[in-house]
Amino acid sequence: MTAHSVHLPVLELNLEDYEYEMSDYEGARARWCPGCGDHSILTAVQRLLAAEQLAPENTVFVSGIGCSSRFPHYLKTYGFHGIHGRALPIATGIRLHRPDLTVFVVMGDGDCTSIGAGHWVHALRYNLDLVVMLLDNGIYGLTKQQTSPTTPQGFRSNTQPRGSWLPALNPLQVALGVTNTSFVAQTAEWVPAHLYATLRAARQHRGLSFVRILQRCPVYSSAVYLEAVQKPSNINMLVHDDGVVVHELDKIYTNQVAHDPHDLDAARRIAGATDRVNLGVLFRDGSKPRYEETRRVPPRTQAERVALIDAELDRYAI
Amino acid sequence: MHTETEARPTGEAGAAGAARRKLLSVAEHTIEIVSDAGEGAQKCGQIFGAVSAKMGNGVWTVEIIPAEIQPPPRVPEGASGYRIRIGSQPVTNWGDATTLAVAFNEQVLLARHRLDALAPDAVLLVENKWATDEDPDIRAAWESAMSELSGREYRIVPVPMEEQCLTLVDNPRKGKNMFALGMLACIYDRDMDRVREQIAYAFRKKSEEIYRSNVALLELGYAWAGEHLDFRIEVEPAPSSGALVVMNGNEALGLGAIASGMELCAMYPITPATSVSHYLSEVFERFGGIVHQAEDEIAAVGVAIGASYAGKVAFTITSGPGLALKTEFLGLAVMTEMPLVVVNVQRGGPSTGLPTKVEQSDLLAALFGQTGDAPHVIIAPATIEECFHVMVTARRIAEAFRTVVIVLSDANLATGVTPFARPKPEVRWQAEPLDLAPVPDGQKAYQWDPRTGLSPRVIPGQPGGMYTVTGLSHDEGSKVAYSSGVHQHSSAMRSRKLAVLQSLLSPPPVYGESKGDLLVVGWGSTKGAIEEAVDRARADGLQVSSTHLRFLSPLEPGLKKIFKRFRKVMTVEINYSDEPGEPFITDENRRRGQLSLLLRSATLVDVDCWTRVPGEPLRPGSIVEAIRSQLHHLHHSPRGGNQS
Ligand SMILES: Cc1ncc(C[n+]2csc(CCOP(=O)(O)OP(=O)(O)O)c2C)c(N)n1
Ligand code: SF4
Ligand SMILES: [Mg+2]
Repeated sequence: MTAHSVHLPVLELNLEDYEYEMSDYEGARARWCPGCGDHSILTAVQRLLAAEQLAPENTVFVSGIGCSSRFPHYLKTYGFHGIHGRALPIATGIRLHRPDLTVFVVMGDGDCTSIGAGHWVHALRYNLDLVVMLLDNGIYGLTKQQTSPTTPQGFRSNTQPRGSWLPALNPLQVALGVTNTSFVAQTAEWVPAHLYATLRAARQHRGLSFVRILQRCPVYSSAVYLEAVQKPSNINMLVHDDGVVVHELDKIYTNQVAHDPHDLDAARRIAGATDRVNLGVLFRDGSKPRYEETRRVPPRTQAERVALIDAELDRYAI
Repeated sequence: MHTETEARPTGEAGAAGAARRKLLSVAEHTIEIVSDAGEGAQKCGQIFGAVSAKMGNGVWTVEIIPAEIQPPPRVPEGASGYRIRIGSQPVTNWGDATTLAVAFNEQVLLARHRLDALAPDAVLLVENKWATDEDPDIRAAWESAMSELSGREYRIVPVPMEEQCLTLVDNPRKGKNMFALGMLACIYDRDMDRVREQIAYAFRKKSEEIYRSNVALLELGYAWAGEHLDFRIEVEPAPSSGALVVMNGNEALGLGAIASGMELCAMYPITPATSVSHYLSEVFERFGGIVHQAEDEIAAVGVAIGASYAGKVAFTITSGPGLALKTEFLGLAVMTEMPLVVVNVQRGGPSTGLPTKVEQSDLLAALFGQTGDAPHVIIAPATIEECFHVMVTARRIAEAFRTVVIVLSDANLATGVTPFARPKPEVRWQAEPLDLAPVPDGQKAYQWDPRTGLSPRVIPGQPGGMYTVTGLSHDEGSKVAYSSGVHQHSSAMRSRKLAVLQSLLSPPPVYGESKGDLLVVGWGSTKGAIEEAVDRARADGLQVSSTHLRFLSPLEPGLKKIFKRFRKVMTVEINYSDEPGEPFITDENRRRGQLSLLLRSATLVDVDCWTRVPGEPLRPGSIVEAIRSQLHHLHHSPRGGNQS
């Protein structure tokens, strides 16, 4: 049921009693390709919103440009589909002015780690209370298969047809290298239970939660995660009471690695490992300063401000 | 040039000197004090300017900024200082040239001479210790400077500043400026209590001892001038005109932003805009606002857009190169109809250009810099007072029209200081507190009024809204446009708002007669200089008037009608245009002043232009020359006027 279809005037609706369902968060019909990993992420997010009972009007999804950045259109919350690479500054402005709003950021790998890389590093350092999702398909999807910074070395694309020249950028290492980073996790869209649990942990963390979501693009980069998808033995599940533990997956993902997410050195080692794909919370530290709180100032009423300006003008009076 | 060592020896005693003293009574005078960087000339100038304003003079001051941060001593490139033009009427611009200068060495004086900054008959008080310095190179430099200066009718008065200061302090580099201030206070008969008060204010963060030592040097300079200088200059105060405040244009922009109720300034440091954020960083939090120094200019505008989207109109402040970086985001703000105020304190361009110098070269970039059709508002304050009020206007227009407003100030307004009528802040100048009432049933994200293109704004937190705004072309429901008619209609709606805004504006007033031979059109900081030039030209019997535009987009209405009453229309601007008659330049290929280009297309009048990029504000005297030459051409060319 959506707020619109309620026959009572919206104001009289007793929100205390109202329970949001997943369908309350459904926006336009998703237009991603069939089999695109983004569908599963959308579902997990809707499940999260319902689980957290976030009021749609107080929730904002901000994105850049790319297939993945279409995300806000498919939700019934407030949304800002911005420009390529620049979702984070917009989200920063929203948080600075309206800490009452819950803000999610959705970016593609080109969006976040290439054109938006500067903002990404600085947003990690600002550590605003945001859930930041990197939908990493290792390719430029929307513009039809160009190499992205996270494209595996040797992978052929339209711009590097003889294979990507460089080793792929590792977003986890970047995030863990930034001063004041407070939450870094990795999950995969083809493991929905883990995806959901990770997003929930991210949402519950106070500060910027950076979640790299391995996302399949069957059209342009189907080979990228093939092995990890087909062979659960290629995946390490990082487990810890302060991380994510999804017991229903224990039977499939038998490589369970105990990792305390408060241990930054261990997190950096795991982030750099190349033998297996590590899923779970690599790092979290809820004590890092959050920029919107650091910068909070007492609000002023209009009348107070007029009086203060008058006093300020005295300093310039002759 | 006359150097006065022999004619009036500096040692000569007071009484006799006083008897020969001349009192020069003038309507205005332009004083400057120049030194190596770090010798305090600016502080001396600021205090002199502030005292003069407090004593009722019209005042306009400008900084003289050295080309480098830490230039070596005694080089022309290091000239640093302050110029103060005072008058017995309000002063609206920096004038033509300095009539009295105090220089701490002959090299910085030479720099000013070479820039043609000194009036032909200027009085130059110059530190004389270099003439007899033990270093022969310095003595030779002095000699050669004096011979270069002797080409003019300057009156050079060597002053033993250092020798005098040494009688009180060990390090005359710190304190010569107060000695100089004392001399100026004596020459211009400044109220010494006010000077001491101003010194106390300037050194409020320093110890009592420093204050006392500065005052002692001040009094020494005053006494020395009293004894040794045979002239005094009198500039009567301006008729009193109610409560005044005195500040520079960047402080006025900052205060205006506060008065408008905006609460977020997102910026990245760039000269000459940065000082707005310096000022706001000091005070903004007391008013419930913050300055966010972003990682770059792109982020700065993005943060401002995010904040505006969240319900509180924010602003970003920058200069040319930063405006270039913001371009894509400005397009997004236009497309999503996000209220946004962008201040561009213009400097010389393109590229890094002239970082500290004034230019009006960003008009077309501000107007057309975005890709696609991106209609938005551009306003240019013409005075420092308007720098304050423009922020209030800009915020209101941004909000009421759901649009981007670019404010074009410039380095001249940014660093100029002048008194103006004290603003009386009002509650209604400020943004309304957030209203999170539910969105009425059925209301669209862009509920365009088909006549005006205006639509109510929806902000997150309002139940029943939950739109996704997008930079993709969209219909009124913010749904991405897949059919061709949508883009045509939404473009029209965004564009219509400018026509509606124009319908609310009045034609600009004409300064001088409403018809005549020549109409000068200006915009931005040149207003004072243009009107002064018009006054002088009219006093010489020329049929010239001027008009000054604040709104550049949309243009103020009625221009064509005004233009038609003159035989010739010419813009005066601080930007580049080709000179007619130069090699290869024809009437067709001539690249014209930026405003003239706009006016030609909007009015189909053959608007000419006179533009210069001297890296300094225009001088009224040069504008008078331009007017004269335009009129000469008009009266002597076979076709005469252009208003066929
Ligand atoms: C300034 C700018 N440059 C380039 C583009 C073209 N462009 C759109 S999306 C995109 C890359 C998309 O890749 P990614 O961010 O990985 O998102 P995906 O489509 O894979 O989800 C590019 C280059 C643009 N829209 N804007
Ligand atoms: S191109 Fe790839 S990433 Fe884009 S929608 Fe299709 S499958 Fe998804
Ligand atoms: Mg991608």
